[in-house]
Amino acid sequence: MRAVLRAALGGLPTLLAVLSALAMFSAFLELHGVPATEALQLMVKGAFGSAFAFANTLQRAAPLMLTALCVVLPARAGLIIIGGEGALALGGLAAGSIAMAAPSLSPTIALPLMALAGALTGGMWIAASGALRQWRGVNETIGSLLLSYVAIALFNHLVEGALRDPASLNKPSTPPLPAGWMIGTLPGLDTHWGFAVGALFCIAAWVFMRWSVPGFALNVVGGNAQAARLVGLPVNALIVGACFAGGAAAGLAGMFEVAAVQGSANASLLSGYGTAGILVAFAARQNPLAVIVCAILVGGIGASGSLLQRRLDLPDAATLVLQGLIFANLLAWEAFNGRIGRWQLQLSAPAEPARV
Amino acid sequence: MSLDRRQFLISTAALAAGLAPFGRLLAASQTLTVGALYVGPHDDYGYNQAHAQAIAKLKGLPGLKVIEQENVPETVAVEKAMEAMIVEDGAALIFVTSFGYFAHAVKLAPKYPKVRFAHCGGLWQAGKDPVNVGSYFGYIDECQYLNGIAAGHATKSKKIGFVAAKPIPQVLRNINAFTMGARSIKPDITTQVIFTGDWSMPVKEAESTNALADQGVDVVTCHVDSPKVLVETAAKRVMYVCGYHADQSVLAPKFYLTGAEWNWETVYKQYVSAAQSGAPFANMTRGGLKDGFVRMSAYTAVTPPAARTAIDATKAEMIAGKFDIFKGPLKDNTGKTVIAAGTTHAQTDIALESMNYLVEGVIGTVGG
Amino acid sequence: MSEALVTLAIGMIAGAVRVGTPYLFVSLGECITEKSGRVNLGLEGILVSGAMCGYAVSYLTQSAWIGVGCAAGVGLMLGLLHGLACSLPRVNDIAFGIALMLLGTGLAFFLGKPYIQPQAPQLPSLALGAWSGDPRWQSALAVNALFPIGIALALLLHWGLRSTALGLALRLVGDHEGTARALAYPVLKVRIAATAIGGAFAGVGGAYLSLCYPGSWSEGLSSGQGIMAVALVIFARWRPLGCLAAALLFGAAGALGPALQSIGVTWGYHLFNAVPYALTLGIMIASSRPRQTLAGTPGELSLTR
Repeated sequence: MRAVLRAALGGLPTLLAVLSALAMFSAFLELHGVPATEALQLMVKGAFGSAFAFANTLQRAAPLMLTALCVVLPARAGLIIIGGEGALALGGLAAGSIAMAAPSLSPTIALPLMALAGALTGGMWIAASGALRQWRGVNETIGSLLLSYVAIALFNHLVEGALRDPASLNKPSTPPLPAGWMIGTLPGLDTHWGFAVGALFCIAAWVFMRWSVPGFALNVVGGNAQAARLVGLPVNALIVGACFAGGAAAGLAGMFEVAAVQGSANASLLSGYGTAGILVAFAARQNPLAVIVCAILVGGIGASGSLLQRRLDLPDAATLVLQGLIFANLLAWEAFNGRIGRWQLQLSAPAEPARV
Repeated sequence: MSLDRRQFLISTAALAAGLAPFGRLLAASQTLTVGALYVGPHDDYGYNQAHAQAIAKLKGLPGLKVIEQENVPETVAVEKAMEAMIVEDGAALIFVTSFGYFAHAVKLAPKYPKVRFAHCGGLWQAGKDPVNVGSYFGYIDECQYLNGIAAGHATKSKKIGFVAAKPIPQVLRNINAFTMGARSIKPDITTQVIFTGDWSMPVKEAESTNALADQGVDVVTCHVDSPKVLVETAAKRVMYVCGYHADQSVLAPKFYLTGAEWNWETVYKQYVSAAQSGAPFANMTRGGLKDGFVRMSAYTAVTPPAARTAIDATKAEMIAGKFDIFKGPLKDNTGKTVIAAGTTHAQTDIALESMNYLVEGVIGTVGG
Repeated sequence: MSEALVTLAIGMIAGAVRVGTPYLFVSLGECITEKSGRVNLGLEGILVSGAMCGYAVSYLTQSAWIGVGCAAGVGLMLGLLHGLACSLPRVNDIAFGIALMLLGTGLAFFLGKPYIQPQAPQLPSLALGAWSGDPRWQSALAVNALFPIGIALALLLHWGLRSTALGLALRLVGDHEGTARALAYPVLKVRIAATAIGGAFAGVGGAYLSLCYPGSWSEGLSSGQGIMAVALVIFARWRPLGCLAAALLFGAAGALGPALQSIGVTWGYHLFNAVPYALTLGIMIASSRPRQTLAGTPGELSLTR
């Protein structure tokens, strides 16, 4: 009984945060003359209310899991990286250029090659932020953001210039992927394989950090880099490695966007997946398993936005407001954790010793 | 045995329940649900607003239900948005108003063969694209040509300017038409082009307008999603401006010469009546001033009288089908001949939709 | 050729003032906040909210200055929110800043829908270039009214941080919390106040965008100015006068792309548009040292630990 209560208490801040955010959102809607209960019902319906809605949610969640890993993995090493958008763009471009360079390859060779290209490019870009921090002391949050802007500019420059498909008239793109290369949907679900890969990577990341020695070392570095150095851990390698892994995830997300959705690298790759990934990562408190759930949640909010616009005439910004409220509440209610910790401690106090 | 009240109510209810599906069917067959998707906010004083205003005109029509969604990015989100409109709202005709939606419409269309997808700006190809997808566009370059005539009369420095988003064929066609219209008045006019890089970048658009003004340009127009910033900045720098997408004269009444506007309601009403009457779905719809797909803004107090006469005359020729903008010999701004002497491209000529040059007199390059 | 260079130079000077003013206000505000030991990444949301609020109020009251005042007020409240939330234990100020960015931007877009079309009265400019017959100089030196205010604020902060008791308290709270507490300074209150004031500055910076240049409210108005301001503050080594220089440099770099195209350099405009970011990164790389905190870093700042 106590154990159950203890575990339940751990989830209490998250629950309270979500409830509080929904309450604030309802108040906000009511202030604008929008029926809040109807809105919330529509949101649930639009996100999970039918097979179609659910598929929509999962489809949106697919890239978010990978871009969230781009924040989570470095965060475990103690860094805050927010440059996933640039890594995704360059990863997608690299994947698309494989199609340009060698269109006659068979899909069994081409797809892993594209994934490798995307992962390597994205990985190197974020690893650069990590390296700049370790070897030049440049703050990684700002550094990764600046690198992201530069990456996006490079992406646009190349897609509209050197790597442009002359037949892509009104929408500059790299040459389209051969039809046999396109990644299909998961059986039964109307969602592409990126979802499965994303979820797998999240699980793998969690297993790695929980059960492997390098994973444990990473956690130590994230906790206290000084102590880690004293113990002899290769802090620089671990940090840059974590950044590389995070960037590789984002680059892979770019590859999936190219191979499963767009069919070529073009400006539609830049749709804010990187930024949404930051939200998912922080909402999940940097826990890779929770990333899966949070990605679905954020995907659901996005999916329901469509229904809200059509049925209640709410502007698209309403989902932004809700995301901001949820995020802010999740963070604020974290403060509650201290008290929860004490309660959990009380619950686990040993029973009275037996009288002798 | 008389029918007591309770039995009466029950049987009436049963009857009503039994008839209800028929009622819905009847209603459904009479109401056409039309969906519209916009890539940006529907009140951007420009591209999306032109579509939204035309869709709004449909709302009053009988037997029509209209649903809209704005800010839909050109990714899988638009496929889901379209599908949601079909599955959840029963849409039978969907207007996908942004160019980048085409590939997604083509992908979704085979799944719902009874739904009509009308795409703005795309190039539908028989045999390659599904039959329930159609593309429509307007020859707004005709209006940009007329804008050019107005600019040609108004400019004193013989330098006019064009702020553009990206060097894609639809934009290049507008730049070229604007230039040729101006040069038909004064052959030594030059057009300075500045590309901002994307469709909606207010700070860059303002900077570009200022940079043009610094160069001595005194008439300017644009091809970006929302011309509001350009029009207001041009007015601040005392430059004349020709509008685009929608009528922006109220923003700069002392500097607005005229403008190139969309008249999408003509197109939309065509599609709606075809859908309602069951007429076949038009796969390639194109039109210019002649077909009422585009129009010019009203003249203002600052439009020079000579310009008005010239524009009216040329417009009449265009409507009569007697005027071709793109005809040989035509050189681009690197000296190469792009249209040979004796060749004429009518507005409907598909070759024009892959334009990749800037004509003589334009200062700027296509690639980069 | 030289004429082209002169035009380019004038364009960049003009750009330094025009494009740099919002950066000036936002970075000064963030400077105050970070001096107290807190980071506010939510400035982007505050900037956009300030822009929308300033424009809406200016339209409704037909006075641009009241609009600026309200924008400052909105910025103050959002900054206060950030300050209060980050004072709770275990709340990461970088993460909350990102939440605030989403919230501020969402609220601004939602509430700002009816104001995209109308025209609101704009802030006045000072025609400092009236002496010149050249319209380029006239335009370049038509400095907006907020720019001199920004310079004055930078000087005020510069003097205040060094020479007043309030400035000392702020710096102590941000540098060494233990000493501040020992001297009985109300650490939390100072931090919250600093964050709120920083937000007010950012709100004014946002109002500049909608009431001056580009002078219109729309959803694409901000291009990351709020986040860039945080980079600028680090770049400026937390010195108010450094913020002024950084804002001007950044503004000039931002004007580079269009100015180059206007004189005929048309290749790679995407890359030229990225020059401000590359420049900031380059200078940060060149002037940072590993294992040695940057001179002037507030000790309590989580961004550089």
